[in-house]
Amino acid sequence: MNYHWNWGIFFDQVQNGDETYLAWLISALGWTVAVSITAWIMALVLGAIIGTLRTVPHRGISFFANAWVELFRNIPLLVQMFLWFFVVPELLPKDLALWVKQDMPAKEFVTAAICLGLFTSSRIAEQTRAGIQSLPRGQTNAGLAMGFTRAQVYRYVLLPMAFRIIVPPLTSELMNIFKNSSVAFAIGVLELTFVSRQMQEDTSQGIEVYAAVTLLYFICAFAANRGMALVEKRVQVPGYIAGAH
Amino acid sequence: MLSDFDFSVLTDSLPFLWAGLQFTIQLTLVAMTGGIIFGTLLALARLSSMKPLAMAAAAYVNTMRSIPLVMVILWFFLLLPLLTGKPMGAESSAMMTFMAFEAAYYSEIMRAGIQSVPRGQVHAGQAMGFTYSQSMRFVVLPQAFRNMLPILLTQTIVLFQDTSLVYAIGSKDLLKASEIAGKNYNRPIEMYIFVALIYFIICFSLSQLVKRLQQRIAIIR
Repeated sequence: MNYHWNWGIFFDQVQNGDETYLAWLISALGWTVAVSITAWIMALVLGAIIGTLRTVPHRGISFFANAWVELFRNIPLLVQMFLWFFVVPELLPKDLALWVKQDMPAKEFVTAAICLGLFTSSRIAEQTRAGIQSLPRGQTNAGLAMGFTRAQVYRYVLLPMAFRIIVPPLTSELMNIFKNSSVAFAIGVLELTFVSRQMQEDTSQGIEVYAAVTLLYFICAFAANRGMALVEKRVQVPGYIAGAH
Repeated sequence: MLSDFDFSVLTDSLPFLWAGLQFTIQLTLVAMTGGIIFGTLLALARLSSMKPLAMAAAAYVNTMRSIPLVMVILWFFLLLPLLTGKPMGAESSAMMTFMAFEAAYYSEIMRAGIQSVPRGQVHAGQAMGFTYSQSMRFVVLPQAFRNMLPILLTQTIVLFQDTSLVYAIGSKDLLKASEIAGKNYNRPIEMYIFVALIYFIICFSLSQLVKRLQQRIAIIR
């Protein structure tokens, strides 16, 4: 293998500026985390709502919720990124479109976070639905027999249990969101993947750069995993197999 | 606004997009075949009683599953020419990458499938005098494969969508073709909408088919 190793590359200065490549990597990590966490919060809120709506016995509502999930699940994430970045601004009213295209602060970041958040919301909606449907039908019936309205059954009986049951699958979704945030490179978010490609082009030290970036992704996934393990421990339901340790 | 859109460019660029779609389909099929074969071997290695083999397989699968696919694509594109000493085009690099990457995901499915086969079946095979490889080949794997077929196909739909990420190394798949066509005709917006529609129609109909299949082939116990 004919390769010139240079692990000192991270302390070299970037081509047009006085930062080091290390500073670039750190700021890229910041963008990866920012996109992922913003998208995660959005996905949790929307996913919980849409997932709940999918179980509501009302044709119109469940059709809407199903359409939401199918729409975001059946188009590649990268294509969705392009749709949000290039197509959606064209569909807005003229003044707003102009503002989005020219003046919106951190345009790439906002677009990527919205896109990734909506994409992930459809996956979380699936988990939420599965969580609600895993509860015995008797729970709903008992609630209704107690004189609860359907909204109250959801609020006090179904959702508190369902959200606790689905924490383990949510862990893998949080790890996925960090991985999926890499797709944001395509619309120019200065996150880890974007910067790794840039550094490889600048310096030709691809192996060192990719190794560093891969390690940073590992750390993100690991942190997400440990963080969710803490949540899981706090909210686990006593008496379930998953909670028996 | 929508009224300014000009969708007539779509008909002109159809042959070009078709070439892109053909590559996307080819990549999906190659990665699926290679991925399932390699993935099944990985699953067998992981369930093997030889500790080092099982650990190596587990390490491979877990590493692949914790790196973003785009990074894996970039890694392979960088390393394959260095290791083989020959320049390698984006297309062949993409095929190798997806086979290696998808194998990790398929192997997890196959592992679950193998574990879902009742242990008595293996014992029955041994009692009949089958060797390990015979009982795997004739007893366990056919059942595991059948049980997991819907999930394997669902993973293939995910794979079909993921192939769009070869964009990172500039390989000419459906998405890249639509981008080039959009630039040539100066109509990128229409092209993105059209390509999203193509992906949606293909993936949605395939996932409906998988749902039907799932109901038909479920083994009633």
